Amino acid sequence: MSTLMSGAKMLLECLAREGVDCIFGYPGGVTLPLYDALYEHHIRHVLVRHEENAAFAAEGYARVTGKVGVCCATSGPGATNLTTGLVDAMMDSIPIVAITGQVSSKLIGTDAFQEADTFGITRPCTKHNYLVKKLDDLAQAIHEAFYVALSGRPGPVLVDITKDVFQAMGHYQPVTSIHLPGYKVFTEGHTGQIRRAAQMIQESERPLVYAGGGIIAAGAAPELREFVEITDSPAVNTLMGLGALPSEHPNFISLPGMHGSYAANMAMTNADLLIALGVRFDDRVTGRLAAFAPHAKVIHVDIDPAEIGKNRAPDVPIVGDVKRVLTKLNKLLSESPAHHATLSAARKAWWRQIREWKRDHPFDTPVSDTEIKPQHLMAEIDRISKGQAIVTSDVGQHQMWAAQLIRFNEPRLWVNSGGLGSMGFGLPAAIGAQFARPDKLVFCIAGDGGFQMSIPELGTIASNGLPIKIVVMNNGHLGMVRQWQTLFYNNRLSAVELDCFPDAHKLAGAYGFKGRTIDKPSELVSALEEAVREPGPYLLNVKVTQFESVYPMVPAGGAVNEMVLGPPEPVEVPAQ
Amino acid sequence: MLQVISLQLENKPGALMRVTGLLSQRGYNIESLTVARTLDPEISRMTIAVDVDSTQRQQVIKQMNKLINVLQAIDLTETPSVVRELVLLRIRTTQESRTAVLKEAEIFGGRVVDSSTEGFAIEVTGAPEKLGEFIDVMGSYGEIDVTRSGALAIALESKRLRLQPPVLTKDGSKIEEPVI
Repeated sequence: MSTLMSGAKMLLECLAREGVDCIFGYPGGVTLPLYDALYEHHIRHVLVRHEENAAFAAEGYARVTGKVGVCCATSGPGATNLTTGLVDAMMDSIPIVAITGQVSSKLIGTDAFQEADTFGITRPCTKHNYLVKKLDDLAQAIHEAFYVALSGRPGPVLVDITKDVFQAMGHYQPVTSIHLPGYKVFTEGHTGQIRRAAQMIQESERPLVYAGGGIIAAGAAPELREFVEITDSPAVNTLMGLGALPSEHPNFISLPGMHGSYAANMAMTNADLLIALGVRFDDRVTGRLAAFAPHAKVIHVDIDPAEIGKNRAPDVPIVGDVKRVLTKLNKLLSESPAHHATLSAARKAWWRQIREWKRDHPFDTPVSDTEIKPQHLMAEIDRISKGQAIVTSDVGQHQMWAAQLIRFNEPRLWVNSGGLGSMGFGLPAAIGAQFARPDKLVFCIAGDGGFQMSIPELGTIASNGLPIKIVVMNNGHLGMVRQWQTLFYNNRLSAVELDCFPDAHKLAGAYGFKGRTIDKPSELVSALEEAVREPGPYLLNVKVTQFESVYPMVPAGGAVNEMVLGPPEPVEVPAQ
Repeated sequence: MLQVISLQLENKPGALMRVTGLLSQRGYNIESLTVARTLDPEISRMTIAVDVDSTQRQQVIKQMNKLINVLQAIDLTETPSVVRELVLLRIRTTQESRTAVLKEAEIFGGRVVDSSTEGFAIEVTGAPEKLGEFIDVMGSYGEIDVTRSGALAIALESKRLRLQPPVLTKDGSKIEEPVI
């Protein structure tokens, strides 16, 4: 016999049944009944310092586990603060469920205290959203939300719940089925198209695998590896797909696009077949679309039919779960692996060409005796991580250098805001990641700009004793904006200088943990090792060369093979 | 060019907002939009005319079909279909022009729904382009005021509505004890 319970308790019952063990949130007026129910519930609530960071932390949790991350905020400002995180999750297809409180159903529409039209505001920020005004609808909405968030192309779902629903009393009725007649998920892939794809792959002289975040979302990394090995194709992983194929895999040729490797972009341009797996031909990858992969036929596998043909019309479209499609492809390909002689000669020449590109133009990793080069910093983090640590990144130059130079030998280690590019993402995402994986070494790499957007979360880190290693790549500037101003706006540096940064030792000390600032290359290794040895959190502020730019760079609107490989001339340092 | 979309959606709160929001979010201009219930009170049918580049037409339909409350969106632009619109028009007439106005209205199959010494109110249905001509003709006789319903369309070949069956949850596989 089910017991009579409040709506707030019923919500927690639903969450517990969905396997939720922790939620990131911030309480407020209308969620008081929910927080009262949490007081004696086994689900752990992590009190962040700003609602936006609750959403980012839930994303961090989801990105490293593949499970649904949950965040919670009150009505009005609480809910509006969540929106950046929701859009971020939308852009990167990350499954999170956001619970927001709403004013009592009788007050809706009266401009009540802390009332905002959360349902309306978050419509374009979510995969789907709900407004629950009756207790009878609560359980169905919550279970549907989890189903929608995780199935098909994952994404954020918001459930807005009125205060009177939290307070009403009722019985929890188990939800036995989800019926969404208009929600179509295509998983299997068209058999005929898969067969055509297999044939095309076998006939290709210069194939290239272009794999993205969809591989990670689908848990298809093993199938991808098998595919790459059966076909012996070179493979690029997008920014969202890093770790899909291990960075140390011999067929891996790094990331493509605006700051991608020379080899990756040249391979894109010269391939005769692009095997696009769980990617969306993002503008940061393709550059000028008309000049992108001009010689290639395209096989495009994606679970979202709307992505297929959105930017590039494929020759073989396959709508399906990339894991299942790859399994079928692998089976077909291993049954008939025959290459004829001319083809295998062409394949050998293709590989020779790629190795040459790789050898002649690796990512630049300058080291100096007097200054810490940002690339040097990333190389040292990579040396410690060995492709195994979780690295969350903020947004900007450091993100690109980290993506270029740090290895990821498994999926779900690299956590970054790819599509939306939300500054302030790195630190709260590290919180979510460390809660989800307490066993893992978690680095948070941030710029001095993004770090200062999320400084309040040092409180969350300290009060939960999270042993996150925060590495601030401090160049005293909003480096990426500065880079564009230098290259495209005549070096007129407008509002990009951050001339004040707190003393890391004192700042961390104020929160009760260790911190340090370094600026000499000779200190770098020992400082990073000290940070990692420290059992608790650590804030390492690394002063790096101020005016360093990320290369290669494809200027916006340029073709990806027209990369700028380095600064056109020595960059003039403005007078201090 | 104008794309005519016929769309069936669940009658859920916010469903209309999702469709119109999607159109503006993706930068498509709505020319007209009509919505009303179908025989099944839980389902509404919308006819939307959007001004969209022909290369984008498929993308519009795909994005619509992704909305969870949308049961089916189909492109009627190139399939056999009938598109109709209703116009209500008020015209101020002079004594001399009254007969001519009535004759013109008759040519367009119009029906006078109100008549006064000032003029007429006339209703006409027809293909949207035809109604444009009707309005132009009436405008030449005097001051007019017009309300258009927006395009309503129906496909001439039925397309089976493919719905997703219910999915069992973890709780669905267990037999629950009755709740008292």
